[in-house]
Amino acid sequence: MPVENVNKCLHCGLCVGSCPQNAIFLNEVRLDFNDDCIECGLCSRICPVGALTPGGK
Amino acid sequence: MDKEYDVIVVGAGPGGSTAARYAAMGGAKTLLIEKRQEIGTHVRCGEGLARGLLDQAKIPIDRTWIAAEMDGARVISPGGFTFEVDEAKAGNEVGYVIERDLFDRALAKLAGEAGAHIYIKTAARSIIKENGKIVGLKIISQGEPMEVRCKIIIGADGYESQVGRWAGIDTNLAESDIMTCVQYRLTNIEVDPKYTEFYAGSSAPGGYIWIFPKSANTANVGLGLGAHIVKEGGDPKRYLDAWIAKNPKMKNAQQLDMIAGGCSINAPLDSVVCDQVMLVGDAARMIDPMTGGGIAHACLSGMEAGKVAAEAIKLGDYSKEFFQKYEKAWRSELEEKLFRNWMAKEKAMTLSDETFDTLISLLDKVGMDNISVINILKALHEHHPELLKEFEDLL
Repeated sequence: MPVENVNKCLHCGLCVGSCPQNAIFLNEVRLDFNDDCIECGLCSRICPVGALTPGGK
Repeated sequence: MDKEYDVIVVGAGPGGSTAARYAAMGGAKTLLIEKRQEIGTHVRCGEGLARGLLDQAKIPIDRTWIAAEMDGARVISPGGFTFEVDEAKAGNEVGYVIERDLFDRALAKLAGEAGAHIYIKTAARSIIKENGKIVGLKIISQGEPMEVRCKIIIGADGYESQVGRWAGIDTNLAESDIMTCVQYRLTNIEVDPKYTEFYAGSSAPGGYIWIFPKSANTANVGLGLGAHIVKEGGDPKRYLDAWIAKNPKMKNAQQLDMIAGGCSINAPLDSVVCDQVMLVGDAARMIDPMTGGGIAHACLSGMEAGKVAAEAIKLGDYSKEFFQKYEKAWRSELEEKLFRNWMAKEKAMTLSDETFDTLISLLDKVGMDNISVINILKALHEHHPELLKEFEDLL
């Protein structure tokens, strides 16, 4: 699962709406990733501000 | 908050508030929930709004949310050729730069005045089903988990579009139908306060850069990239920073805010309804794929969905079949334009800087009164038949 850099994330929801698995949920100021994540890497690659790093735990 | 409503609208952006307003006006007991603590914030928008679309969506003009009135728009090619659309020629394509937070609040106020109950810092978490039918929503309202019963849910939850996916409506986007965007509000810059500007070409591959003036020396300066083109997280910000750094008009620029966001640039979805659920605005992927504009489409679809929801409640029919009335209403207003502009966007994504130069200088030369894909193709046929082949599939 990707790792969110909370100091960079602007909580814009781009990754949420783009995730093909709907595996990301945006709480007001935090992203939650669920087990449906297939490590496709899309969210990390298209994040406008580079706040996601692929392949955490 | 009551335990039971006819209609719950998820998301108090322009689409949600308009849907709630029309549902309540039609006599439906309506709840409008917004997950953020302030309606209208944080803004994720370039804040441009064309006048013709305001009329089409029947949005009452309120001076409090108008930041600046535009005289026109300019499209600028990589080589510096400019095509100008001014008010005299295309009044309806020109319009306002607005204050989205105030705009959203004005629309929510109209919903409240129409009788909708509004709860902020209240997020939808899942749909409750019993015997295969939707009976309500699980929500968290200011920290308290709750269940609210309802007959109809209107998903106005924006780009994130959770309601649709929970209900089984396919709102997934192809990568080439996603724009990844970042925008600064910059002050202390040289800006033409009466013109919006769009920069096409390799400064923003698969997208464009926009300047929407808010006042004499302040503007929303943003950039979108095609998601299938970006290589690495943070590319939109890097491209925008690079472009601003080499723009002499922005050498003393200071940032007032920074926002990011996703923008769908797809062809219209096959369906934006299912039994008991309708989607509106960005949640229904109704953004104009060419301009990136979504505010008015959200209001328009919100109005139609709200009306249909109220009628459905009166008749006791919340089926997908009944909601075809909503599908017909928004599609008759928007579908053809959205599809045409999606085709044009698919083409624009592939153009070289040189072709943009040719195309935009040609538009400037022709100076057409009514800019449209068909008119562009006619002009190409006349002046650059060698390029026409590239655009054949748009015919």
